[in-house]
Amino acid sequence: MQIRCPMILQFLFLVLLIAAAGLFAKNISKIRRNILLGRDLDLSDQKGLRWMNLLKIALGQSKMAAKPIPFLLHLCLYVGFVIINIELIEIVIDGLAGTHRVFAPMMGSLYNFLIASFEWLAFLVLLACVVFLSRRNLIKLKRFTGTEMTKWPKSDANYILVIEILLMTAFLTMNAADAKLQFANVEHYIKAGSFPVSAFLQNILPNDAASLIAIERTCWWFHIIGIFAFLNYVPYSKHLHILFAFPASYYGSLHAKGKINNMQSVSNEVKAMLDPTFVPVQTESPGRFGAKDATDLNWKNLLDSYACTECGRCTSMCPANQTGKLLSPRKIMMDTRDRITEIGKNIDLHGKDFKDDKSLLDQYVSREELWACTTCNACTEACPINLDPLSIIIELRRYLVMEESAATASLNTMQSNIETNGTPWKFANSERANWTN
Amino acid sequence: MEFKVPTMAQMIADGETPEILFWVGCAGSFDERAQKITKDISKILHHVGLKFAILGTEESCTGDPAKRAGNEFLFQMQAMANIELLNAYDIKKIVTGCPHCFNTIKNEYPELGGNYEVIHHTQLIQGLIDEGKLKASNGEFFKGKKITYHDPCYLGRANGVYEAPREILQQLDADLVEMKRCKTNGLCCGAGGAQMFKEPEKGDKDINIERVEEALSLSPNIIAAGCPFCMTMLSDGVKHFEKENEVQVLDLAEITAKANGLS
Repeated sequence: MQIRCPMILQFLFLVLLIAAAGLFAKNISKIRRNILLGRDLDLSDQKGLRWMNLLKIALGQSKMAAKPIPFLLHLCLYVGFVIINIELIEIVIDGLAGTHRVFAPMMGSLYNFLIASFEWLAFLVLLACVVFLSRRNLIKLKRFTGTEMTKWPKSDANYILVIEILLMTAFLTMNAADAKLQFANVEHYIKAGSFPVSAFLQNILPNDAASLIAIERTCWWFHIIGIFAFLNYVPYSKHLHILFAFPASYYGSLHAKGKINNMQSVSNEVKAMLDPTFVPVQTESPGRFGAKDATDLNWKNLLDSYACTECGRCTSMCPANQTGKLLSPRKIMMDTRDRITEIGKNIDLHGKDFKDDKSLLDQYVSREELWACTTCNACTEACPINLDPLSIIIELRRYLVMEESAATASLNTMQSNIETNGTPWKFANSERANWTN
Repeated sequence: MEFKVPTMAQMIADGETPEILFWVGCAGSFDERAQKITKDISKILHHVGLKFAILGTEESCTGDPAKRAGNEFLFQMQAMANIELLNAYDIKKIVTGCPHCFNTIKNEYPELGGNYEVIHHTQLIQGLIDEGKLKASNGEFFKGKKITYHDPCYLGRANGVYEAPREILQQLDADLVEMKRCKTNGLCCGAGGAQMFKEPEKGDKDINIERVEEALSLSPNIIAAGCPFCMTMLSDGVKHFEKENEVQVLDLAEITAKANGLS
């Protein structure tokens, strides 16, 4: 056994495992730091309800069902990903201990059932990836286009699908070679597993043991190194949603969608104005009202931006976008993520007090986009994991209006009408009940 | 109006308390088209004998458009003044003629000290139908007519009220047809988020045109609405397509009043 799987390979495996896990942990902790650059927000309430949302929306994929075809295809990938990864435990133990299919002897026929299920799931994953690739590249669904869908987001989506295809192909080819080796009673390849899908690949593989071992080993290493590499691709990719969908749905809004938060810092000022004896509730100093840059947003907004997988359901339902306006809620999420990532990079390179001369507003999100929003909540309704582009739009508008007084002229008229007449139109309040006459 | 609509001030002076406060809203108070809806809501309240009052000149904008434009200061100034007034009158239950007022008072006032039971007029009407207090006695008017209902965002998605308006329509002998973009997928009329008070950004078309196009593709006799802003946007859209003689845009209160022989 040790001849074919010498100690050096076990050591190499250990090094790769530690390197992959370490690098991943480092990158995730950087993203966590970036998220915590956002403003404080207490979301420690209603834990039971939040757990329910996590189970329903993230684990249970409840909102995906709105679009049945993508739901089923995505379900293949999701279930495939979660369940096939159970086998990772065995792969890691085999890699470290130099064993082969270490669980087989202790699990008996259950092992055969599991391996057969993994094969069927791998097949479904392959199928889903092929359909997804053709939806993006051949059918060119409108949802996957738009100004924000530049070269990188498009490539990112394709890379993910191609990597998954390669991993699954390696997995099935490995099984096919393994089965043939088992059948030929080659030493080390114990009789274990049931191979309903990869059986169809056996005929295209050579028959001699040496070639089969080479294929089996190559695919085994390709598969596991591929997984380590993919793990470290995820923090740079929209694929991060596989992790962040969980905290995002846990911390998602529990209010009626129509409710926009009341700013406590403003309440303090308004109450002090109305009642000079008022003692304000202690709040974090707001710095500025609303948000000019990503760090003026709260941490939940930033978490949302990393959880977004750029599926574009929000944008496809947005009335402004549907009628050709610049606004795209997906772009708002992507811009927020790109900007906070840029700020994070600046911190890494130049220290935490470094300020560049950019901001989320204007350099990333234009005023024209912001003013096109009707606050209709089509985007938050459409999001499969309850992300909230609308609250980012409102924070940016708050900055424009309260810090820069930069509303459009007609909106300024509306506001001064409210101030003077108590109504957004130019009517005298004394005429308010004239309809009763 | 053929009957007197009392204000809270008058009611208190007479030593009376209303069962419900009718929050008219700015559109319902000043906009000529929306005033008709306001009158019909009053007629319905009067018809069923519900003791109600309005705030009259003491009512002031809830602050919704200011908040959604980004002016939280102005919103909270409005909110706190309104809450002070409502609390001073010891108001417990409010019906609004506008989904925006409904949403703001219901969802955004509680944290600022304003806690009331708030319903939209379609919910009130549905309740009255359920209690048997409103009957579609004049239902022939709608018999065989094709009606499509436009979900106002601030009633539908914002607050999950999808069924009350539809149940009102189902009382009639009419043919209720749904647009493809309805309920949770409803398309905005284009007026929310303070858009009512500004020109739209440049694009391929205006949102209300897109929406009315969808409604007209069903060839309805009536487009039903539940919001004065939607009313303006949809009516403008129907005029844009020069269909105002064939297609009526009516609020659910108007439809109810008509069906009950109140207008």
